[in-house]
Amino acid sequence: MGTRTQIVVIWLVLLVLLASTVAGSLVFTGVVGLCVSLGIAFTKAGCIYWKYMHVGEQPGLLRVAAFAAGAWLSILLMFLVVDYFTRGLG
Amino acid sequence: MVETLVTEPYSDPRQQHDAAMMGMYIFLGNEVMLFGGLFAVALYTRLVHTKEAVAASRALHYGIGGTNTAILLTSSLCIALAVEAGRQGERKLAIRWLIGAIVLGLGFLSLKGYEYLEEFQEGLMPFTGFDTAIKTPVQHLYMDLYLIATGLHALHMVIGVGLLAYLVIGLSKRWIVVPERAITLIVVGLYWHFVDAVWVFLYPVLYLAR
Repeated sequence: MGTRTQIVVIWLVLLVLLASTVAGSLVFTGVVGLCVSLGIAFTKAGCIYWKYMHVGEQPGLLRVAAFAAGAWLSILLMFLVVDYFTRGLG
Repeated sequence: MVETLVTEPYSDPRQQHDAAMMGMYIFLGNEVMLFGGLFAVALYTRLVHTKEAVAASRALHYGIGGTNTAILLTSSLCIALAVEAGRQGERKLAIRWLIGAIVLGLGFLSLKGYEYLEEFQEGLMPFTGFDTAIKTPVQHLYMDLYLIATGLHALHMVIGVGLLAYLVIGLSKRWIVVPERAITLIVVGLYWHFVDAVWVFLYPVLYLAR
């Protein structure tokens, strides 16, 4: 598959995922709905990063640079969620 | 990799290319942390004040937000195709795709402005001194977050449109020659795609909380 075809295919996948996000919000609610919508969002962002932002073409060091902030952010969010779920314990 | 113009302090094209990419990825990492703080607030609001946050989200125009998402994704398609054209040395084609992305970017901003106006008229904006339909402190907090997050995103869009206009002028006047300096298109493209990726999260988090 040529590069331009791949770019168009990724765009179509992103539009399908957008439709899935909206449809999912009509079906799922609460924490399940949040997980579904964020799961689709991460998939979309992964497509954008990997293909459109050229992460897939880069050597390992540059991939680490591209995803490092996401790793730090996930630590922040993990502590936030742990704080929420452990309040009231003990 | 087809760009070949090597400038000091680099000695080979691959090294120059990797340095530019790494610099941009690290810059975008800063942006991840900037928006990440806002997402942390959104997540905590959703967990602690679930009912009120869902009610506030339902008051937003998710159809307009969805349309804007499609517009932004399509603008990213245009940028990706412009970058590919630049890499292949197809200057005129790259300019056309960039203009397409600018038009879509301006379309996004116009629709966002219309949406803000609608929300203002419905009393949803968290401004003092005007009639308000905001019922609870949590809804006020949610609309504060909405306005700050989408406003910050819109500011990034304005900067992005400016950068794209610079590329169009640079390619037209041949200050930027492709494929030798295709890295300039690639780096601006990274910024635009990142702004797109931020919206990919903002849309479900703010508009589709159910």
